[in-house]
Amino acid sequence: MIRVTLKVNKRPVSIEVEPRTLLVELLRDKLQLTGTHVGCDTSHCGACVVHVDGRSVKSCTMLAVEADGATVTTIEGLAQGGKLHPMQDAFHQHHALQCGFCTPGMIMSAVELVETRPTADEHETREWLEGNFCRCTGYHNIVKAILSCRDAMKEKSA
Amino acid sequence: MRDFQFHRPSTVADALRILRQASQGKLLGGGQSFLPVLKLDMAEPSDLISVSGIPELRGIRSDGQQVTIGAATSHAEVARSAEVRAKIAGLARLADGIGDPQVRNRGTIGGSLAHADPAADYPAAILGLSATVKTDRRSIAADSFFTGLFETALEPDEIITSVSFTVPQRSAYAKFASHASRYAVVGVMVAQYAGGVRVGITGAGPSAFRWKQAEDALSIRFSADAITAGMTYPSDDLTSTPEASAEYRAHLIPVMTRRAVQAALAG
Amino acid sequence: MSTTQTPGQSTPSIGASIPRREDRRFITGAGRYTDDIVLPNQAYAYILRSPHAHALIRSISTDAALAAPGVVAVFTGHDVAADKVGGIPCGWLVKSKDGSNMVEPPHPMLVADRVRHVGDQVAVIIADSKAEARAAAQLVEVDYDVLPAVATLGDAITDGAATVWDQAKGNVCFDWDLGDKAAVKAAMKSAYKVIEIEVRNNRVIPNAIEPRAAIGHYDVSGDNYTLYTTSQNPHLIRLLLGAFVLGIPEHRLRVVAPDVGGGFGSKIYHYAEEAIVVWASKKIGRPVKWTAERSESFMSDAHGRDTVMKAHLAVDKEGKFLGLCVHNVANMGAYLSTFAPAIPTYLSATLMAGCYSTPAIYVEVKAVFTNTVPVDAYRGAGRPESAYLLERLVDKAARELGMDRLEIRRKNFIRKDQFPYKTPVALEYDTGDYESTLEMALQKVDYQGFSARREASKKRGKLRGIGFSTYVEACGIAPSALVGQLGARAGLYEAATVRVHPTGSVSVFTGTHSHGQGHETTFAQLVADQLGVPYDKVEIVHGDTDKIPFGMGTYGSRSLSVGGSAIVKAVDKIVAKGKKIAAHLLEASEADIEWKQGEFLVVGTNRKKSIGEIAFAAYVPHNYPIETVEPGLEESAFYDPKNFTYPAGCHVCEVEIDPDTGVVQVVEMVAADDVGVIINPMIVDGQMHGGLVQGIGQALYEEAQYDESGQLLTGSFLNYGMPRASDFPFFKVGNHVTACTHNPIGAKGVGEVGAIGCPPAVVNAVLDALAPLGVTDISMPVTPEKVWRAIESAKATH
Repeated sequence: MIRVTLKVNKRPVSIEVEPRTLLVELLRDKLQLTGTHVGCDTSHCGACVVHVDGRSVKSCTMLAVEADGATVTTIEGLAQGGKLHPMQDAFHQHHALQCGFCTPGMIMSAVELVETRPTADEHETREWLEGNFCRCTGYHNIVKAILSCRDAMKEKSA
Repeated sequence: MRDFQFHRPSTVADALRILRQASQGKLLGGGQSFLPVLKLDMAEPSDLISVSGIPELRGIRSDGQQVTIGAATSHAEVARSAEVRAKIAGLARLADGIGDPQVRNRGTIGGSLAHADPAADYPAAILGLSATVKTDRRSIAADSFFTGLFETALEPDEIITSVSFTVPQRSAYAKFASHASRYAVVGVMVAQYAGGVRVGITGAGPSAFRWKQAEDALSIRFSADAITAGMTYPSDDLTSTPEASAEYRAHLIPVMTRRAVQAALAG
Repeated sequence: MSTTQTPGQSTPSIGASIPRREDRRFITGAGRYTDDIVLPNQAYAYILRSPHAHALIRSISTDAALAAPGVVAVFTGHDVAADKVGGIPCGWLVKSKDGSNMVEPPHPMLVADRVRHVGDQVAVIIADSKAEARAAAQLVEVDYDVLPAVATLGDAITDGAATVWDQAKGNVCFDWDLGDKAAVKAAMKSAYKVIEIEVRNNRVIPNAIEPRAAIGHYDVSGDNYTLYTTSQNPHLIRLLLGAFVLGIPEHRLRVVAPDVGGGFGSKIYHYAEEAIVVWASKKIGRPVKWTAERSESFMSDAHGRDTVMKAHLAVDKEGKFLGLCVHNVANMGAYLSTFAPAIPTYLSATLMAGCYSTPAIYVEVKAVFTNTVPVDAYRGAGRPESAYLLERLVDKAARELGMDRLEIRRKNFIRKDQFPYKTPVALEYDTGDYESTLEMALQKVDYQGFSARREASKKRGKLRGIGFSTYVEACGIAPSALVGQLGARAGLYEAATVRVHPTGSVSVFTGTHSHGQGHETTFAQLVADQLGVPYDKVEIVHGDTDKIPFGMGTYGSRSLSVGGSAIVKAVDKIVAKGKKIAAHLLEASEADIEWKQGEFLVVGTNRKKSIGEIAFAAYVPHNYPIETVEPGLEESAFYDPKNFTYPAGCHVCEVEIDPDTGVVQVVEMVAADDVGVIINPMIVDGQMHGGLVQGIGQALYEEAQYDESGQLLTGSFLNYGMPRASDFPFFKVGNHVTACTHNPIGAKGVGEVGAIGCPPAVVNAVLDALAPLGVTDISMPVTPEKVWRAIESAKATH
């Protein structure tokens, strides 16, 4: 067992884990943060995407011990003080989710896009979602929601 | 997944020491290739040694002739690097098209090269951009680095420390990606140098290779139509999968080479 | 957004694009899926699966696994047999032409003697942790004697093929037919031309993003069982698991389907793992949880499609269809999954009229066993196969007759004034307006501008094509008596309970299950409208057999038309009772009470009582007609549909093809559909988008491929082409409504139409783009290599 110390959704966490524990297992099984999902075993589907030190990563393809010292944000930590993140709100308003299973990973991925590439157009947005599968929405409303969130955030910062 | 000892050394020397002491030691970069292997029980190391936090393996520097990228530099960092974009635009674009954004945030150039997936993107750049792979003990020239399917010239206890790419006059990477995996079915890096053109090809065969015939033609005239209809790559040694047969890959090689040339010319 | 209304006001609920109320939990990570549930002291199951497509099990040794750390138990097929556990049942009996029953092989929960597909379950290893169970599985030693395998549908019917089941001669499960063979023969004879086609409907893997999972919990204190499972139909699972497999009566078995991450058909069926965890929980005295890894999903979730159809269409000189003959070979896989036999027969052959007035149709279906994962309904189920055949065939007829593709369709459409229309293949379409959806689609795609777009593409070195599909489907499954005659072993009605609480809020219990469809929103809109109460005061409850009286679940685009109708019937009973109470309170005769969205009025006066007042009176019956009316305000209803519903429409696809690489890019996708009356347009559009992507996925990217030894070559996302965001443009969808005539809502159904109508439009567009090169046929999925090869071989022959 190895002790890992990290920040998850702004809360300090210090916990013993087996080295083989994946970050997603730490989040789901040890911290009961079940909003992060597992949809595949080959690192393709993106249901497990969280932020580590501000960048989106697949938590199924990272060991918990690799997150030692890191700052992790999951879908549960995205809303602030009960107020939804604009991306969460955009997904709701645009019906960008159906079964909801891919949604947490999709939102976390989209948040990095608008934060790091605020001018991303439809094409770039679609390309950005290479690592996020959705089987319900046909991606149509997801792309709409992301573009609308991008515009809203631009307006806010203007 | 079998359990293992985990190490996070802060120097290359420490990493090497741990690696040598371990019964089945394995270096871990960003883990984007190796963790999926581990999860499917296709490898059972006794020790995993994470090298992505070693300061001496990080960073991007350049002089007039070379761009040198630390082994633990992520694909996203390469793609974002102003240095790389200014000097070797084709390399920055290649890095920006590896896997998906999450793979690019974690995956490292050293990890990718050591894993030597035959369909990874970087091998085309190693060959096309006349790179030198630097390790804890030596420099390995591009043409002798890849030795076969998932095989390289690295010794079992050798660590890649950095990769130096030779700055070309112009370069571009054209990739025909697998629809399913997003790995390269055929990926072509074309780079023009004063001394001639290099064409590095990944995805098509069991290991990356150079296409000499195209290099000769492009060295005479750097234009897409220098790759004439009659110029073909033999399919005998190419890979066949349900998604793309060897014949189809052979067909794509000149097609993607032309596209890379066009892109290089377009800047 | 939330709607704020005051009681008694008319609500804007029906027809309003209200953002979904279920979203909040999903966008904040508070959804509760099966794998999120942790029961105290739960153990973890890992299923050891066959690596071979066909093999005898000589022996299994579990000793080493049992001794491994953390292992609680290891069970094999012998333990299952010793406990006299029943097999996984099939829910539909199809009879062959000669009247004999289909071959219905046993389907044990764990296989003891002979495995029949890669992924067949051989043993279950139960341990304190998932990792320990998985590690111990590697220590189970199975000695296999590998047998020759039947890997594909084509292999199954080849002379000298290996035998999957000894009792199924020639691997045939059944050989069935429908229609008037003699009439079709006569039509062929009198035809000006007979158009021939053979099409394969590629085998696809559903791949809902949530892998299947199940938790079994035997509670010794009450001698009862709970199963949490990723199901589209918890009551159906209770019936199949309880009555057929484990012999547990309904009142001792609770099945909960909590949040479910997509189904698309694959979570309808009763799977072995559900039975295993329940059975094993009793054996070890702890809850047992199993969660599929994605690689297991590929080899254990029922696959979809996999048919080869040959057809002959007799036409006259003007292009009128005279007769159609179809010969279909359908792959059942190694076992019969829950609804499998019904798919190529009652859900496919019956749709062979399409939206055309073809007077004579005859369909033969031969179902065969192979050493592959069982095949069952996948979004569309049988209807996409028919639509694909017909729409490819109609395009081919137009080509061979030198007619316009739209003209031949219009010429053969069942006209608006012909409804109700009885087809020669057993169905009666109630309504439709095929001309209008075609027109709408042409406008949306700007058909006039196509030739200019084609030229522009050409300038960029691309081949552009446009393809059409005018389809009809049957959903709203299904009239029980009818499907009973056709071999269904269950009724396909739906149930609902509406409970008006004393303060006027409403709980609605539905037997359908929402796993993305948005029932919690749509049904609340429906009830708010019907009962005249605020939307926010209506709660929808689903997915738990202990809470919901009964139900058949969600599939076949049935939830609104059948499940919603059951709710409306229950609301009607509430209103009927409310009238009696109102008559008493208002001192009027019941006949003089008029119901108007939320209020009971005395006709011709301004005296009235709101539904809230009536509810209060019903629960506080101080001044109450207690002699004739019971207190309380709760009603249940079952609704059995009188007919299927028949959504229809026109899908138009435009593709651009890169002739150098063969890559096909969908650049326009238009869907104009008649899905009946719409409650929430935003949700309906979302269903369309999703269906279209699954349709395009089948047409261009997705295929389950087996090698000759029966190994699945496309067994992970590394080699199975899942549609991604970058594959698509924004879609253009629209609706033209003709209301269903036989349910109280007028709804038809929207869940499947995208996946049904779209694939032929895509392939027809590809063939249109390639026509100038002389390419006349191509098969799904239209991969770049196939396009390249088609171009090369056309070059060689032209």
